Amino acid sequence: MAGASLYGQADVPDAPDVPGAPAGGGLPYGLDRLSNPWTRFLTRRLARLLVSVFVVVTATFLMIHLIPGDPVRAALGLTAPADLVESRRESLGLNEPLITQYVSYLGGLFTGDLGTSMISGTPVSEIIADRLPQTALLGSLAFLTAVAIAVPLGLAMALLTRDGRRRGVELGFTSTAAVMSAIPEFLLGVALVAVFAVSLGWFPVAGMSGASSFVLPVLALALGPAMALARILRVEALRVLGEDYVRTARAKRLPRRLVYRRHVFPNALTSMLTIGGLVLGAMLIGTVLVENVFAWPGLGMTIVESILQKDYPLVQGVVLVYGTSVLFLNLAVDVVLGIADPRSTIRES
Amino acid sequence: MRTARWRAALRTPLGATAAAGSLALLVLAVAGPVLWGSAAEETDVASMNQPPSGDHLFGTDDLGRDVLARVLVATRTSLGLALGATAIGIALGLILGTLPVVLGQRLGRMVVALVNFLVAFPALLLALFFAVIFGLDARGAMLAIGMAIAPSFARLVQTLSASVAGRDYVSAARIAGVGRFRLIRRHVLPNIAEPLVVNATMGAGGALLAFAGLSFLGLGVQPPTYDWGRLLGEGLGRIYVNPAAALAPGVAVVVAGLVFALLGETCAAVLGVRTGRGPVAGRARHAEQPESGKEAAGTGGDTVLHVDNLTVAFPAERGTSRAVDGVTLGVRAGEAVGIVGESGSGKSLTALSAAGLAPASATVSADRLDVAGVPVLASSEAQLRDRLGTSVAMVFQDPTSSLNPSMRVGRQLGEIAQTHDGTSRAEGLRRAVERLTWVHIPDPQMRAGQFPHEFSGGMRQRAMIGMGLMGRPQLMIADEPTTALDVTVQREILRLLRDVQHDSGAAILLISHDIAVVSQICDRVLVMYAGRIVEELPVDRLDGGAVHPYTRALLASVPDMSTPQDVPLATIAGRPPEPSERSPGCAFAPRCAFADDLCRSTDPVLEVVGPQQRAACWHPQRAESVSGGTAGEMPGGTAGQSPEQTPARVTTGDDQ
Ligand code: SF4
Repeated sequence: MAGASLYGQADVPDAPDVPGAPAGGGLPYGLDRLSNPWTRFLTRRLARLLVSVFVVVTATFLMIHLIPGDPVRAALGLTAPADLVESRRESLGLNEPLITQYVSYLGGLFTGDLGTSMISGTPVSEIIADRLPQTALLGSLAFLTAVAIAVPLGLAMALLTRDGRRRGVELGFTSTAAVMSAIPEFLLGVALVAVFAVSLGWFPVAGMSGASSFVLPVLALALGPAMALARILRVEALRVLGEDYVRTARAKRLPRRLVYRRHVFPNALTSMLTIGGLVLGAMLIGTVLVENVFAWPGLGMTIVESILQKDYPLVQGVVLVYGTSVLFLNLAVDVVLGIADPRSTIRES
Repeated sequence: MRTARWRAALRTPLGATAAAGSLALLVLAVAGPVLWGSAAEETDVASMNQPPSGDHLFGTDDLGRDVLARVLVATRTSLGLALGATAIGIALGLILGTLPVVLGQRLGRMVVALVNFLVAFPALLLALFFAVIFGLDARGAMLAIGMAIAPSFARLVQTLSASVAGRDYVSAARIAGVGRFRLIRRHVLPNIAEPLVVNATMGAGGALLAFAGLSFLGLGVQPPTYDWGRLLGEGLGRIYVNPAAALAPGVAVVVAGLVFALLGETCAAVLGVRTGRGPVAGRARHAEQPESGKEAAGTGGDTVLHVDNLTVAFPAERGTSRAVDGVTLGVRAGEAVGIVGESGSGKSLTALSAAGLAPASATVSADRLDVAGVPVLASSEAQLRDRLGTSVAMVFQDPTSSLNPSMRVGRQLGEIAQTHDGTSRAEGLRRAVERLTWVHIPDPQMRAGQFPHEFSGGMRQRAMIGMGLMGRPQLMIADEPTTALDVTVQREILRLLRDVQHDSGAAILLISHDIAVVSQICDRVLVMYAGRIVEELPVDRLDGGAVHPYTRALLASVPDMSTPQDVPLATIAGRPPEPSERSPGCAFAPRCAFADDLCRSTDPVLEVVGPQQRAACWHPQRAESVSGGTAGEMPGGTAGQSPEQTPARVTTGDDQ
C-alpha cells in the first residue's frame, strides 16, 4: 500500500465502506428518495390505528351487553313500571339480535350518531360537542405548562449537577421531584383548593369562569407530570453530556451554549419523548379526576355523572372519545419521535 | 446470606423508613377499627362540621363524626381493597403473561398483541370501563382496578419469561414432552419471582391511588362503608367549612402510597432488581479546564505540540493516582508521530490533555503544554476557542458514537466553518460537501444531507477526518482511529490519514495499541508504559534498533513475513500495573526478563541511547534482530504458558 496517493485511490470502490441499501431519514434533502421509509412508516401506523380504533369501538359497544342483568332496569330503578322498561329497551334497540345492533351501532358512528342520552333525551354527540372543548383546553394548557416547567428545569438541573457537582442541589431536586410526581393529581387539586382558594382566596374554588379559574386545575394536572418529566430529562441530559459526540463538539471548540443547544439538548429531548408520550396519555385521563375536583364543565364530569346515572349510551360515547383520543395521541407521539429521531423510522421498517 | 442482605437494607435510611412505615400501616389496619371504630360511627348533632379543635383534631363531618377517627379506621378498608386489586392484577397478569408459552405460536401472538394494545391505555381509563361493567361498589371497583393493572403485569411477565426461558428452550422442552404448566411452574415462575415481587409492591401503591380516585369520584366504595377516597370526596364538598376534613384523608393516601413506593425500592435494592426509577448516577464526562496549569511561554517555532513534564492525575482512594506521569514530547510541523502502548498506559489521556479535552475529574499539570503556540493549560475554554480555533483536529476511536445521531453530517461539518470563520450556513454546507469529496465519500452532496446512521463505519470515520479538515489544522490527533473498524477499512483510513498529512501539511499524532498500525504512517514512535514514555525512536529503527525490552516485546508480538506461521505469536505475560499500585523502580520490572535489583529499586530515566533515540531502561538490549528471535527471551515467551498472559496486541485502547 506504500505510495498510494490520496486521489489515486478515489475510484477504487472499497466494498465494506458502501452500505447495503441507501436508507432515508429526513425530508428536506431530496424528498423523492427519502419519502419511502416515511410512507411505509405512516402507512403501517395508520393501519395499526384503524385496527385499534375498531377494537375500541367494538369494546364500547360490548360494554353495555357485558353488564350483568338488564341495564335498562338498572338505570330506571327497580320500581319502574315494566312497560316503561320494555319501551325503553325497544327504543334503544336492545331487543334486536346482537349482530343487528352492532351493525346499526357501526352505521350510526359513520353518520356521527352516537345514540341518545337515556336521562336527558339529548343526542350524545351534542353533549360531547358541548363538553369536549373545555376538556381539550384544560388538557392542552396543562400539557404546555408541564413542558414549559419540565424542559428548562430538567436541563438546568442537569447542567448544575453535571460531573457530580452540587450534590445538595441534586438530592433536593430528585427527592422533591419524586415526591411531587407520586402525588396523584386529584389530591394535589384538593390541596391547592384548600390553600389557594379557601385560605388565601386568590383563585375560585371551582367552575370555569375567566382566566383565574384555569390556574388551579391546570397546575393540579401539570405539576406531577412536570416533575416526573424534569427528573427523566435531567438523567437523559447527563447521559448525553457523557456521549462521545459531545466530546467531538467540544473538540470542534464550539461555544459552550452551542454545544448544549445543538448537541446536548436535542438528543436529551428526543430520548425523553417516549416516556413523555405515556405521561401525556395519563394526563389526558387525569382530566377526569381534576374536572371533578374543580367542577369543570368538561367530558370528565360527564363521564362520571353518566356512569353514576347509568346513562349507558352517554357512557359509551364518552369512553369512545377518550379511548380514540389516547390512540391518536400515541400516533402523534410516534410521528414526532420519527421526525425528531432520524433513526426511529428506520428501526421501524 | 439473603437474611443478611435484608438486615443490612433495614439499616439504610430508605429501608428503615419503608419498614417503619409498613409496620405502622399494618398496625393501623389491624387495630384501627377496634380502637376507633365506635368513635368513627358516633354521630353528634350538636357538633356538626366543626373545624379542628382539642376534642376533634381534624374536626367533624356533617353528622358530627370525628374525621381523624374515620381516617384511621378507613386504613383497613383502603389497604385491603388495594391489596385485593393488586392480587387480582397479578393473577390476571400471570395468566396473560404466560399464556403465550402455553398456547401455540399463533394464539400466543394474539395474546401478546392484546396485551400490547391494552398497555397503551392509561390504567384509569381501563378502570372506568371495567367499573361500568362490574358495578359501582367496592367489589366491582376492586375487580375493575385489578383488570386495569393486569396488562402492565402481563407485559412484565412476558418480557421476563421470554428472557428467562428463551423460545428455543421452551419449544425444546415442549417437544421433549414436558407439560406446559409444569414448564411454567418449574422453570419460568421461580426465575421471574423477584422482579415480580418488586413490581407488585410498587403496583400496590398505584392500586391504592387508583382506588382512592374511583371512590373519590363516587364509583368505588359506597356508603355506609368508607375508605380514604370516599372521605376525601365528602371532605371536598365541605372544604369551606373544614378544609382539614379533605386534607386528612389526602395525606393518608399520599403517605401510604409513599410507603409502598419505598418498600418497592427497598425490595429492589435487596433483590438487585433494576426498577428503572432510581436516579441514574450522572457520570457525565464533561471536561473542565483544570486550573493547575503553569504559565508557559508561547512560541514553538516549527513545533506544533510541545509537552514538557505532563502529569494527569485522578482522585483515588488514597490521595491521587497518576495516569500520566511526567511525559515530555514534541511534534514538529508536518511530522507524523505515533504513541504506542497497552490499554491503561496513559496514551489517550496524553492526547486528550494536549487538546485541552481531558475529563473533568482529571487534574492536568505540566511545565509546558503548548499547542500551535497556544498555552493550553493557561487558557480558558473561550480563550482556546479564539486562539486555537481549528488548528487542532481530533479523530476518535468510535466514529459511530462520535457523531451526533440527530444532526445531518453536512451540518455537523458545516457548523465548524460557521463558528470559526463566521460563514453563512449555506457556505458552511458547501465547504462540508467539498471536504467530504476530499476524503473520498462518494456522492458527497447527497451524503451531506444524511444522518450518521446512514453511513457505514468506514465512511463515518472518513467524515470525522473531513470534519478535521474543515479548518486549517496544524495538528491532527487520531486516537485509535482504526480500532473500531474492519480490517480492510482500517487500511483505507490509515492511507487517508497519511495522504491528509501530505496534502494539508498537518502534523499527525497517532495513538494506537498496535505498533504495526503506527509504523505504517509515522516517522517517529513513542512507546508508553504505565504513564511514562519508555522509548522513543524513528520508525525505520524499529526493525532491530529498539532497545527497551517492552518495545521489543511489542514488536515480537506482531506477525510479519518472517514469522513462521506454525509458531505461536509471542505475548507479554502479566499486565501493566494500575496507576495506584505502582511500586518504586522500573514499572516493567515484574514482566521483564532482564530485571535485576537495580531495576526494582530505582526508576530508569529517559536517556539518549542512539541517534534520535531515547530509552528508559537500565539494561538496553542491542544488536540482534528482533523479529522472530526474541520471543524466547520473554518470560513465558509463547502464548498459553501462563494464565496471566495478556496478548499485547489484543488490548483495546480506551484509556479513560
Ligand atoms: S529497567 Fe530493568 S526492568 Fe525495566 S525494562 Fe529495563 S531491564 Fe527491564
